[in-house]
Amino acid sequence: MYNMGRNAAERNTAERKAAERKTAERNTAGTNAVEVTHVVHRFSEKTVLDDVSYQVASGEIFGLLGPSGAGKTTLIKILTGQLKQTKGRAAILGCDSAKLDGATYRKIGMMLDNFGLYERLSGYENLRLYAKLYEIPQSRVDDVLRRVGLWESRKLPVLKYSKGMRGRLLLARAVMNAPEILFLDEPTSGLDPATAAQIHRLMKEEQKRGATVFLTTHNMAEAQKLCDNIALLNEGRIVEYGSPEQICAKYNHQNRLKITLCDGRCVELSNDGSAAAALTEYLEQERIKSIHSTEPNLETVFMELTGRKFE
Amino acid sequence: MRNVAVVFEKQCRDTFKNKTVLIQFLMFPLVTIIMENAVAMEGMPEHYFAKLFAAMYIGMAPLTCMASIISEEKEKNTLRVLLMSNVRPVEYLLGIGGYVWLMCICGAGVIAAAGGFTGKELPAFLLVMAVGSLTSILIGAAIGTWSKNQMMATSVTVPVMMVFAFCPMLSMFNETISKAARFTYSQQVSLLMEQLGHVDVTAECAAVICANIALAAAAFGWAYKKCGLA
Repeated sequence: MYNMGRNAAERNTAERKAAERKTAERNTAGTNAVEVTHVVHRFSEKTVLDDVSYQVASGEIFGLLGPSGAGKTTLIKILTGQLKQTKGRAAILGCDSAKLDGATYRKIGMMLDNFGLYERLSGYENLRLYAKLYEIPQSRVDDVLRRVGLWESRKLPVLKYSKGMRGRLLLARAVMNAPEILFLDEPTSGLDPATAAQIHRLMKEEQKRGATVFLTTHNMAEAQKLCDNIALLNEGRIVEYGSPEQICAKYNHQNRLKITLCDGRCVELSNDGSAAAALTEYLEQERIKSIHSTEPNLETVFMELTGRKFE
Repeated sequence: MRNVAVVFEKQCRDTFKNKTVLIQFLMFPLVTIIMENAVAMEGMPEHYFAKLFAAMYIGMAPLTCMASIISEEKEKNTLRVLLMSNVRPVEYLLGIGGYVWLMCICGAGVIAAAGGFTGKELPAFLLVMAVGSLTSILIGAAIGTWSKNQMMATSVTVPVMMVFAFCPMLSMFNETISKAARFTYSQQVSLLMEQLGHVDVTAECAAVICANIALAAAAFGWAYKKCGLA
């Protein structure tokens, strides 16, 4: 299964590169928020990133998906200047990520799992500190605390915050300076659905404002719901790239419709003109309870490409 | 300068809620107040406890506080965030170092008041404390920068701090220790305290303190180059 997955990945390399070229061409007129070109990173003998290339257009929500240990966090660390890649070039907002200066950092918001908070200080004091560093008016702190739903608990020391509250506070800190690009490393990992939904809403709001959102996750449903484009990363290599819809459609090998009728029976029809008559008949007789296509979800695609399950 | 002030303010707020650091600043001044008021023996030198505890305070408080603050920030990755938020390493070190130094001077003020230093003695005492604290701060910064986490910092800080803090006291009882201790800044500070009214800085004293400062600065430079702040 695994080898088959690898073969499938290799078969798709040409198509992936074509998609990358297409995105690159699309962005030639504007600017890419992120550009990663043939990046290789090794820890001792282990190759963590192997010739990774992609671009993220300004204003899009981009998802970097992969199981634990795929290299997602390493890539974010390279992009944000916390780690120097072994080979290749990584740039954000047109600046080489190895040479990011204070002015560029001001345009970046980060919610990374290795980013700490001052636990003895309150949520409000934590944000106020960064507001002063960024020369942001204090009213912005109040505003952002309300947006993430922490206004009521703003005076509590972070030590007493739950994991979800800390996540929201990190997000508040990341968006406080109205960044041009927002890096979110598994922002909803381990959070309850309500908090996750709140973070999703905030991400959409940030995109609406014009920010580029760079998201890493192993939550396929989250990526499918939010991202304009995604890259599937496995063992340090990008095995697929494109919009979630394109990718799912591409791997819809069966291309059939699954119809559940009101009497409980299930009928499968091919998803082409030959099924039109039968479908019309069901519709006219109002016998259809639900219609689903056999289009796979991203998790199924990933399993097909790599033979691995998401963890 | 604004960033230095922001880091300084952050540290003021944080230390107020951090009992382990706060106790370092308060312990010796409080003990001095108690001992100076509670113990009076015939033939005891003037300002005996104030001078003794002041020398120990210099070898302990700035060193442990500086190492503890930096290593905690490194361990919890808050320092990395600060450095990625437009704060330069020098600004961070000035903010934290300035705070620790000022707290030590305040502590020294309390010790001076408890010991009853007046006239020429008072500024001389504060000057000696200021120079000694600065040396300790540099050593603490070197340990904090070199350490990956607080546990690592503590394991290095404790023996170093014991050498510098207890040398002046142990020198009173042992000639050999006294001979070795004169190469430490804390011992020289202790000797300077003995002649506060008529400060006469000998060449040896100045050379030892300057050499200690230079060594501490070199140790910090090495640690910074090897490990960086974040």
